[in-house]
Amino acid sequence: MDVTALSDAKVGSAGVVESVDLPENVSHYLAHLGFLPGTAVEVLRRAPAGDPRVYRIDGVEVGLRNETAKHIFLRLNEAAA
Amino acid sequence: MSCHTPVLDVLPESEPPVDPAVPVSTKPLRTVALIGPPNSGKSTLFNRLTGLRQKVANYPGVTVEHHSGRMKAIGRNDLTLIDLPGIYSLATYSEDARVAVEVLTGKMRGVPKPDCVLLVLDATHLNRQLMLAAPVFSIGLPTLVLLNMGDELARRGGEIDTLALAKELGHPVAVISAAQNTGLDVVPEFLLRAGSRPDDGLRPVQLPVLQSAASCRTWATQVTARTKYQTPAASLWTRRLDSVLLHRWLGPLIFLAVVVAVFQVVFLAGQPLSDWLTAILTRAGAQVALLLPDNWLRLLLRDGLWNGVQAVLVFLPQILLLFLFIGILEDSGYLARAALIADRVMRTIGLNGKAFIPLLSAYACAVPAIMATRTIENKRERLATIMVAPFMTCSARLPIYTLIIAAFIPNRLFLGGILGMRAMVMLSLYALGFLAALLTARMMNSSVMKATAAPFILELPQYRWPTVQGLTLRLYDRGKLFVKKAGTIILGVTFLVWLLSVLPVHGGQFSALTDSVIGHLGHFIEPVIRPLGFNWKIGIGLLSSIVAREVIVGTLGTLYGVDPATHSLGLQAALRGDMTLGGAIALVVFFAFAMQCTSTLAVVRRETNSWKYPAAQFAYMTVVAYVAALVTNQVITRLF
Repeated sequence: MDVTALSDAKVGSAGVVESVDLPENVSHYLAHLGFLPGTAVEVLRRAPAGDPRVYRIDGVEVGLRNETAKHIFLRLNEAAA
Repeated sequence: MSCHTPVLDVLPESEPPVDPAVPVSTKPLRTVALIGPPNSGKSTLFNRLTGLRQKVANYPGVTVEHHSGRMKAIGRNDLTLIDLPGIYSLATYSEDARVAVEVLTGKMRGVPKPDCVLLVLDATHLNRQLMLAAPVFSIGLPTLVLLNMGDELARRGGEIDTLALAKELGHPVAVISAAQNTGLDVVPEFLLRAGSRPDDGLRPVQLPVLQSAASCRTWATQVTARTKYQTPAASLWTRRLDSVLLHRWLGPLIFLAVVVAVFQVVFLAGQPLSDWLTAILTRAGAQVALLLPDNWLRLLLRDGLWNGVQAVLVFLPQILLLFLFIGILEDSGYLARAALIADRVMRTIGLNGKAFIPLLSAYACAVPAIMATRTIENKRERLATIMVAPFMTCSARLPIYTLIIAAFIPNRLFLGGILGMRAMVMLSLYALGFLAALLTARMMNSSVMKATAAPFILELPQYRWPTVQGLTLRLYDRGKLFVKKAGTIILGVTFLVWLLSVLPVHGGQFSALTDSVIGHLGHFIEPVIRPLGFNWKIGIGLLSSIVAREVIVGTLGTLYGVDPATHSLGLQAALRGDMTLGGAIALVVFFAFAMQCTSTLAVVRRETNSWKYPAAQFAYMTVVAYVAALVTNQVITRLF
């Protein structure tokens, strides 16, 4: 059970959000998209340029730049591959 | 009873239904508010409920747009529906949320307090969408919860128990599909009941006390768990499409192909339609002119008013086609993918990916784009976006571009007819504007605008088919705006140009064009613009189009119509005989860069609260335009 930054998780891996370490207005917005501790998140794909990447959280697909995703931490699912 | 049946009576042992014919309340319903998160299908529902007649205005003091309309489509002409901005929560981090709270609590100036609320939520991710329900319920208005995209939910194997949910929420619940127009009968029924029972006394069983995102979320999760909500499977189509459309190299390639195709079609299909419209309008003008006495009145109406307005009106097909495509791209969900692909480019010039959406809307018109920059929290980035937005090729440039291209660029096709020379020139002009925006932003970023990047957070909605109704409404709005402008500003300016082109009156006779006020003015300024390859008529066109870009076409229509030498020619033919290729291309290059728009200047002044920025913007853009046109004319004249 590793805690890792969302930006470091591989495409195809999945986990559960552990914490979000961003300014309040940003984390508030992210919270309403589902980025709250305990929510399942999956790394779906990269944009053509590699960054931003697309995450699936709670049935919604959200594009985030790596500079934002590196402040979101998740606990990777062990079974994920 | 199916678990998707609308539930309007929430109390288990409900009082006997009130006969709708005998209203109990003395105060009838007047105003209904429509609220929902972004991408919940709120606009589609709004259109379904109001039909084509809606009003768009700005809330006083803020730039958030305000849509409202009579609920005519469901036979309730007595009710006004207010469309609130799409928001995730009522916490006032954003101006949109502040507006929503002020309207709902009746504190918004000039907007009556709503009597009841329609809350639209996307049924396919209820967990997250319900987070908005808690704060909306706590405002205490009678609320109908509409779970939209019910068709999508069912198709992907999701389930909602509306009865359990209604009991849990303490508010009536119904599953609908705004896109398919199903389930909407529940709205008039709810309104009838809300009108006869102003306060049903029902409140949710439990609401989070402290309404933070986390507590709303916990509450939403508990509600969906208790009511046995089945999350639908992920949309297979969206995944499949995205694996192609966001593919590492196919993605950008398709993006480019889409852009090229749009211009190609705007040209190939737009030109014949435009020619057809020209023929009709010319014939109509000539017919009416014959009915008029052959004196100054005929001259005034035909040469002064009709020629100018007609010259602009004939571009309606191209404008509508362009907006049809923008509408399809936006409503299908592709635009969000385009923003994702473009983010990398935006970042290299130091602009927020969020600036992409305002900048993209600047392709329609810079005014709403500049207002939309309010979503950019960082002041400096916002200013940079405001400063570059008018470089994006707005639809007001389309008439002069199309006119010059049709008159001067041969209709040659390459690559077996896929690429047309005219569409390519048009595309280059769009690219030129984008390039100018890019370089300007770059310059501002490296000097005055050392900005810290605000985050790029973009929700990618599922792909869906654009609805005919949604597209029709967009075209209707745009078309109305364009025709209205032609009938007001353009009519006014071309009339003034005509008047000045026949004055002063000598012994009861109008002046010849070159002896008129405008002829003298034109010849006076000609030395300044001659190096650009422009004659004095173009010069007058440039002056008059400071009001609005389309005006130049109207002015040229009037001037060449008054001139006996070109009187009987069409505007294209008249221009071909009176300009060199270098001057013609220089003219469109000038328009690619110049700030010929008083509305934009006014909105920049309002948004920045200072005359300094619009003045600097006007000076900068005019100098760039002049130099670029000068270089273009000199180079082309030497080459060809």
